[in-house]
Amino acid sequence: MAELTYRDAVARGIAQEMARDPDVVFLGEDIGKPGGVFKATVGLYEQFGPLRVRDTPISEQAILGAAMGAAMTGLKPIAEIMFSDFLAVCFDYIANEIPKTRYMSNGQLKCPLVVRTANGAGSRFGAQHSQSVENWAMMIPGLKVVAPSTPRDVIGLLAAAVRDPDPVIFFEHKSLYATKGEVEDGEIVDTLGTAKILRPGAHATILALALMVPRALAAAERLSAEFGIEAEVIDLRSLVPLDTRTILGSVSRTHRLFTVEENPRLCGWGAEIVSIVADEGFYDLDGPPVRITTPHIPLPAADVLEDMVLPTVERIVDRVRKSLEA
Amino acid sequence: MAKSVAAASAAKGASAAKRRTAKAPATGLETAQLLKAYRDMLLIRRFEEKAGQLYGMGLIGGFCHLYIGQEAVVVGVQLALGEGDQVVTSYRDHGHMLALGMQPRGVMAELTGRSGGYSRGKGGSMHMFSSEKGFYGGHGIVGAQVSIGTGLGFANHYRGNDRVAVAYFGEGASNQGQVFESFNLAALMKLPVVYVIENNRYGMGTSVERASASRDLSKNGAAWGIPGQQVDGMDVGAVKAAADVAVAHCRAGKGPYLLEVKTYRYRGHSMSDPAKYRTREEVQKMRAEHDCIDGVRHLLEQAGIDEARVKQIDDEVKQIVQEAADFAQASPEPDPAELWTDVLVEG
Repeated sequence: MAELTYRDAVARGIAQEMARDPDVVFLGEDIGKPGGVFKATVGLYEQFGPLRVRDTPISEQAILGAAMGAAMTGLKPIAEIMFSDFLAVCFDYIANEIPKTRYMSNGQLKCPLVVRTANGAGSRFGAQHSQSVENWAMMIPGLKVVAPSTPRDVIGLLAAAVRDPDPVIFFEHKSLYATKGEVEDGEIVDTLGTAKILRPGAHATILALALMVPRALAAAERLSAEFGIEAEVIDLRSLVPLDTRTILGSVSRTHRLFTVEENPRLCGWGAEIVSIVADEGFYDLDGPPVRITTPHIPLPAADVLEDMVLPTVERIVDRVRKSLEA
Repeated sequence: MAKSVAAASAAKGASAAKRRTAKAPATGLETAQLLKAYRDMLLIRRFEEKAGQLYGMGLIGGFCHLYIGQEAVVVGVQLALGEGDQVVTSYRDHGHMLALGMQPRGVMAELTGRSGGYSRGKGGSMHMFSSEKGFYGGHGIVGAQVSIGTGLGFANHYRGNDRVAVAYFGEGASNQGQVFESFNLAALMKLPVVYVIENNRYGMGTSVERASASRDLSKNGAAWGIPGQQVDGMDVGAVKAAADVAVAHCRAGKGPYLLEVKTYRYRGHSMSDPAKYRTREEVQKMRAEHDCIDGVRHLLEQAGIDEARVKQIDDEVKQIVQEAADFAQASPEPDPAELWTDVLVEG
């Protein structure tokens, strides 16, 4: 057992898979010699050499096209898109090419690749480098979508993503890179599509993802200490596949549903989950589901403004308390 | 010969006969290759004509981009490729699949949307694949396959094998951004990719002169040091000879190579295009004076191949195409359960 940062967990997860499987090749901008713009890939170039850890030009379409072509021949590329906002630059590959190959080829060809990308706000990077865009990927049939919140999950879910025969978009959160967590020694391999109940509770279910997970946990502690409200906090970890069993099971016990989403409100992942719960767990609900989200605006750069729009511990506590008291 | 299509069509005074005579000596193809080229080009031509008919009868729906006129391009390049080499192309893909030896019946049944099609009706005209034949699609977004083909080359380079990837695209696609990203990446990493621009003179309804500031597309990779050649795409021997150079360059580990193959599509961009952006005379002239299949027929004659042998190939091709059309109509409709397969390995 060792304490590891989320950032170091990324490098360890990639190293674990590259050491195991020579078909894993890693490419992206500044990932090799520079060690990654977030220093999440330090040491990989030295360990695996320039053929397996490939610095590329700033050419997102070429990066994903190359990863896709290589994956179709059976390699297992990990491609980094530096900021998730840049997925828009190469969205053809994300939306039209990579996810459709298996279907259109009648299962003859697969794209077993992972696109790693730094997602989310908190660094005052402004509207083009701070977005939470996991819903961009979630809406496309043929992709799997993962977003870990802890160092341990980074390693386990990254390993699962690399070994998965389908393409996986792997959202790392920029504001979590410096956070630390306990990680066991040895190989770690998790399972995609499994949510984790991080804190049990009888009065409300709070679903969260990535940076919103520690905020939801902190809110749950305050709800308990200050108001006697016991919230069950679930880290979704994976949006596709989605662990609906765990979600619906929790709602059937707590009878109230809250989502804490960093994405802008319209068509955020919580809207889909609320819809699923309305379809399949409506009679378990004692009140309307509540979505706590960033408003539907571009993200501002100034610290006071950015802090104002992302869901905070205070906002989560307030919304949950008022909803339960209503 | 080796006169470019544009130059040839500009030389309005010269007679067709004269030009044909001039074509013969430079082919460089052995008789067996000439026969194979004739057979493969004719198969594509007749297949596409049949597809056009079935489309007109309402038996094929959606998009259907015919390759008629361009047959010498893919057949010529294919003559230069070997076992294990890979091919990726755009939505005008029927010819590429037939040249690679994919089953005509499987292609035609995909066009009619039947369960016997290569993708069991889930791909359609633009999206078929064959892992067995090294065919990586069949892509509908203009230019996307150029980066994917670069990825095929990336994999060959990574594995250290001597395979070559061929990425075909039109002169219309040559103006897309990812093409230039791919050129840079391939040149930088010395990836074994032959980029083949099939310049059929019209990107949908806009002529190349009106769409591209580059007048010699074979030089489009020059900024990255990618060598290129212009080739007469109506002459299968010339295409093969140029592809030999390109493939050898790639196999020797020297990085990518660019061919601009000057060709002509006789039909509209797709079945719904009446092609009013060009004159009937322009098309007639190309068909009459530069047809790639006529050219090979003439060469076969010169090589002393008797008419009966040629007729035998004609009959064989006719039979294959008829059989493909029959199969494509008799094959059952896809099972609705297919809708849900191969989206993801597991839900």
